Amino acid sequence: MGDVDVHALRGVNISIQQGDFVAIMGKSGSGKSTFMNILGCLDVPTRGKYMLDGVDVGALSKDQLANLRNLKIGFVFQSFNLLSRTSALENVELPLMYNRKITSREMRSRAIQALESVGLETRAHHMPNQLSGGEQQRVAIARSLVNNPVVILADEPTGNLDTRTSLEVMEVFQELNRRGITVVIVTHESDIAAFTKRNITFRDGKIIKEIEVNKPRNAREELSLIPVTVEEDEL
Amino acid sequence: MKLKNLLIAAIRSLAKNKMRTFLTMLGIIIGVGSVIAMIAIGQGSKKSIQAQISTLGTNVMMIWPQASSTGGVRMEAGTSQKMTLEDVKIISERCPAVAAITPQVRSSGQLVAGNMNWRTSVYGVYPEYFEIRNLKLVSGSVFTMNDDRSAAKVCVVGQTVVNNLFGEDSDPIGRFIRINKIPFKIIGIIESKGQNAFGQDQDDIVIAPFSTVQKRMLAITHIQSMLASAKTEALIPTASQEITEVLKAKHQLGPSEDPDFTIRTQTDIAKMATSTSGIMTILLATIAGISLIVGGIGIMNIMLVSVTERTREIGIRMSVGARGRDVLLQFLIEALMISLLGGIIGIVFGILVSQLIAMILMWPVTITADSILMSFLFSSAIGIFFGWYPARKAAQLNPIDALRYE
Repeated sequence: MGDVDVHALRGVNISIQQGDFVAIMGKSGSGKSTFMNILGCLDVPTRGKYMLDGVDVGALSKDQLANLRNLKIGFVFQSFNLLSRTSALENVELPLMYNRKITSREMRSRAIQALESVGLETRAHHMPNQLSGGEQQRVAIARSLVNNPVVILADEPTGNLDTRTSLEVMEVFQELNRRGITVVIVTHESDIAAFTKRNITFRDGKIIKEIEVNKPRNAREELSLIPVTVEEDEL
Repeated sequence: MKLKNLLIAAIRSLAKNKMRTFLTMLGIIIGVGSVIAMIAIGQGSKKSIQAQISTLGTNVMMIWPQASSTGGVRMEAGTSQKMTLEDVKIISERCPAVAAITPQVRSSGQLVAGNMNWRTSVYGVYPEYFEIRNLKLVSGSVFTMNDDRSAAKVCVVGQTVVNNLFGEDSDPIGRFIRINKIPFKIIGIIESKGQNAFGQDQDDIVIAPFSTVQKRMLAITHIQSMLASAKTEALIPTASQEITEVLKAKHQLGPSEDPDFTIRTQTDIAKMATSTSGIMTILLATIAGISLIVGGIGIMNIMLVSVTERTREIGIRMSVGARGRDVLLQFLIEALMISLLGGIIGIVFGILVSQLIAMILMWPVTITADSILMSFLFSSAIGIFFGWYPARKAAQLNPIDALRYE
């Protein structure tokens, strides 16, 4: 009210199609976080329109937004954001807990399936503090896809990871995208953005650059070139 | 979120902080435990007083004539001589709620047997007296209405009288005692009742047929009081009402006039005697209840800490689709579980403490289902009441801020 209005975003007009793989780039304060919050239905635009899977999100109540997050969106965060002292499997089950239509048996089988798709089915009963950073992020990815979302939103998913584990995480994203899942990641590293199909750069709340990546990098190929380290060999 | 999942989530998060959960619960455990124990002590003393009162008889009512007055000078209660055997007869005929009634006269007499003597009260009553006062004989038998008609010189005596005149463990049935120089044959001995609620020895008594005492010892024509019993405890007020109406009509008093007699029922006496212990029970339970509320504040305190500590968890849950009410319910159920589990443990603890008090201090304790149910409901109400504010605080968090919380 009495505060000065800050226009974190203005004049942004963008359309992301199913099966797309987009990287959002920009410096801090460029508006990319606000953009991601709106995409993730955590925030609604003060003006303008956001259509998600044919639904006008701006007109929805808080509960309806929560419902939309539950059914259509998967989140991956820079700091993993797993529940501590809760097993990998239970962490993955979390979104399904808030879906009344799913039975506990279905919940379990879908969570195991999601863990399999990130190659962590053997770690299902480990606690987050018993997993490496890369593994924790893969559990978080499993959690984001367990509800079959229309889009996975990843905010700096490799920000806390070293080069090799970053590659592993990007490999998982590329694999999911190959299966037709829409993925949007926020990153400020251009070499990570190079794994995606489309790069959008923000500055001062506006899109300043939008490019198609001609030939995206392939995480699996690059991983096979890096010599196998002692601690991990799950190639 | 489904209820089952909510319960599982609550149990898990409580199990994560076992020590903290237990300490929070301790407030409720002590609160509920002391409520149970205090009420048990209060009820116990009330019940033992009631048990003593019941030695008066079953559903007993006493009817006394009002004080007489001569020219405005009022005399002692029971001095009026207006009550007669006619009154007894009319009450037994016209009051359906009255089970039995007897006239009562009392004399005191010097008892002599052989070389021993003793002074005590001699009551003149109908045989119904034994039924009304619930007196049982250890040997011999009760006199009959025939004995009353002939004013027979027979009597039934209490244990104290036997002990003082014939020595303990003696059976003086058929022997004679002289009461104020009149020889009476002992035909029955009353079972010992011990002291009554007011400390009187109820075994220090001689009971003889009504007309024997009235004519031979007192030489009067009126009766001093009446003792009646109602058919059931519930009928005591009805019986009292019926007696009032019948006697007022008999004594030619209009409905608006005050009766010239007083009825005191066993319920009145019991009420009087138990009111003090009732006040004590309320007092003790209040203090215990306050400690329960303090326990509830402990829950609120811990839940507030927990909400702050778990802000990030709340953010994560909201980002994957938890609605405000899911988060609210989750924290509310945690608070409720602490208070309910504490309540159950507290009930067990309270019962143990009461039993311990009964064993060590030899106090009478009575654990009632009411007090258990009440403290159970009260502790769950406390869980909801004190858990509500922290839970609502959690539910109203903004997911973006909650996710960013360090």
